[in-house]
Amino acid sequence: MSDLPLIQADRAVPPPAATTTTGGRGRRLRLLSGTDRVVITLMVLVPLLLVLALVWLPAAATVLLSGTDWDGIGPLGEIDWVGWRNYDDVVNNYPPFVPAVQNNLLWLAALFVVATPLGMFLAVLLDKELRGSRFYQTALYLPVVLSLALVGFIWQLIYSRDQGLLNGVFGGDTDWYGDPHVNIWAVLVAAGWRHVGYVMLLYLAGLKGVDPSLREAAAVDGSSETSTFFRVVFPVMRPINIIVLVVTVIESLRAFDLVWVINKGRNGLELISALVTQNVVGEASRIGFGSALATIMLAVSLIFITVYLWTVMREDKR
Amino acid sequence: MTAAVSPGRRRPLRPARVVLHLFLGTIAVGWLFPLFWAVLTSFRSYQYTAVHGYVSFGGWTIDNYVTAWRTAEFGRHFLNSVYITVPAVLLTLFLASCVAFVIARFSWKLNIALLGLFTAANLLPQQALLIPLFRMFTQIPLPAWMSDSELLYDSYWGLILVNVAFQCGFCVFVLSNYMKALPHELYEAAMVDGASVWRQYWQVTMPLCRPALAALATLEVTWIYNEFFWATVLMRTGDKFPVTSSLNNLRGQFFTDNNLVSAGSVLVAIPTLVIFFLLQKQFVRGLTLGASKG
Repeated sequence: MSDLPLIQADRAVPPPAATTTTGGRGRRLRLLSGTDRVVITLMVLVPLLLVLALVWLPAAATVLLSGTDWDGIGPLGEIDWVGWRNYDDVVNNYPPFVPAVQNNLLWLAALFVVATPLGMFLAVLLDKELRGSRFYQTALYLPVVLSLALVGFIWQLIYSRDQGLLNGVFGGDTDWYGDPHVNIWAVLVAAGWRHVGYVMLLYLAGLKGVDPSLREAAAVDGSSETSTFFRVVFPVMRPINIIVLVVTVIESLRAFDLVWVINKGRNGLELISALVTQNVVGEASRIGFGSALATIMLAVSLIFITVYLWTVMREDKR
Repeated sequence: MTAAVSPGRRRPLRPARVVLHLFLGTIAVGWLFPLFWAVLTSFRSYQYTAVHGYVSFGGWTIDNYVTAWRTAEFGRHFLNSVYITVPAVLLTLFLASCVAFVIARFSWKLNIALLGLFTAANLLPQQALLIPLFRMFTQIPLPAWMSDSELLYDSYWGLILVNVAFQCGFCVFVLSNYMKALPHELYEAAMVDGASVWRQYWQVTMPLCRPALAALATLEVTWIYNEFFWATVLMRTGDKFPVTSSLNNLRGQFFTDNNLVSAGSVLVAIPTLVIFFLLQKQFVRGLTLGASKG
C-alpha cells in the first residue's frame, strides 16, 4: 500500500497556453441527446458506486459499529447499542493504546522534523544542476519503488541480532527489531530512508516550477541564497508544502506494513493501524472495540484530508 | 553552497562545489548501501557466513536463489501478482478516466463534490475500513468457477475490486486536471462533426491523455504490486497470495537464514526495479504529474 499518492505540483506555474477552462467549459447537460446522457450517467455511476460501496459505506459502517458491542458473529439485528463505552474502554482499559498513540506521534515527528527537511534540503542542492545530479537523484529515490514490507526485510539484514551488519561491525548484541526499547527507532530509520526520497522528488518538481525571474530579482536586491530560499522560493511553493505536509501526516497515520512484517505491531511497535487489524483478524474479534479504534483514525485523517482538498480546490479556482 | 549558477559555461571546480559533491556522494552511497548489502548477502552461503561472520569475504554461491525460488514457489506468487495487478491497473485507469472526463468536460453543480469524494477515498486509512469490508467480503458469494472459496473473501476478484476502488481517486484527480488543460476547441470541432459523448471521450480525449495515462500506469503497477495490507487481511490461502505479502509467510520458513531472506527480497524487488529503470521518466512524472506538464 502505502504510498500516498496525491500530487499536484503545478499550481505555482500557470498552465500552458492552450487552457481555456474558464471560458464556458462544456455544455449544459440538457442540450445533450438521450444516448449521450445515458453514457455520461454510466461513466460516472459505475465508478461512483464502486467507491461508495468499497470505501465510503465501510467508513460509515465503521463509525456506526463503534457504538455497538457486536462480536462479529451474531446477526445484525441482535446488536446492542452501547454508546461511548468502546471509546471509554479504548482510552482507559486497553494498555497498548497509549503506546500506539505515542508511536504514531513519534512517527509523525520523525518524518516531519528529520526526514522531510532532509528531503527538502537535498532537493535544493540537486536543483543546482550539478554534474552527476541524475545519479544522486536515482540513488535517493530508489527506495521509493520498493514496498514498505520489503523495506522491513531489507533492514532486517542490518538489524538482526546474530546475523545483522550493525552488530557484526560494532560488536554488541542489541536485537534492533526485537528490543522494545529501541525497535521503534530502528524502524523509523528504515521508514525515513524511503520518505526522504519521496519528499525530495516532490520538492524537486516544485523547485523546477518556480519562476526564475523571482530569484533573479532577489539576487539583484542583494539577497543571499539562503534568504532567497526562505523568503521567496519557499513561500511560492506553498501548494507543494501543503501536499508534503499532508503526505507526511497521513503516511504516519497509515503506517502499517513495516511493523506488521516485523512482529505484527507488538512488543514496542504498537501502532493504531496494527491494533485495529489485531482486533479483527486475530483470534478474538472484537468488532465494536476495533471500530472505535478505527473511527479515531478516520476522524484524524479526515481533518487533514479536508484541509488538503480545500487547499487544492481553492488553488484550482485561481 | 554559494556557487552561483551560470548556465552554459563549465567553470573550474571550486572548493564549495567539491564539498557539495562529497556530501551528495556520501549520502547517495549511504542510501544505496542497504540494497547493495541485500544483494551481497543473497550471494553468500549461509554456512560460510555463519562461520566467518557477515563482515568477511567469500562463500559466493547462487544456491540461495535456487532454494528461495523452489521452496517459496515464487513463480506461482509472481503469477498471482500478475492476475491481480494487470486487471486492477487497467480497470482503474478506465473507470478513473471516465469520471475525470465528465468532470473536466461538463460544468455541473456536483463536479467539485464528486472530485472530492474520489480524491478523499484515496487518502483514508485502509485499516479504518477493514472491519465492515472484511465482514462484507465474507458474506458475498461468488460462483465456484470464479473463486474456489466461493466468496469474495480469499479471491483475486476481491483484491482487484478493492485496489481499484482505492486507486481510482488518485487517477481521477490527476486525469481531470490533465483533461481540463486540453483546448476546448477540440470538442467544438468534434461536436460540429456530430461526435457523440463516447467518441469525444474515446477518440478525442483518451489519445491526448496518453502521456498521463502512461505515467499513471507505471505508478499504479508498482503500487498495486507493492500492496501489502489488503492481500494480508483479505486472503487466507497461502497459495493465492501475491508476491509482496507472500514474503511474510516465507519468513516462517526462512526464519534463521538471512541469506535466504535477502535472496527472496531481491527476487520480489526485481520487477519494480526493472520497471523503474526502464520507465524511470514515467515513474517520476507520475509522482509529480502536473509539474512536468506541457
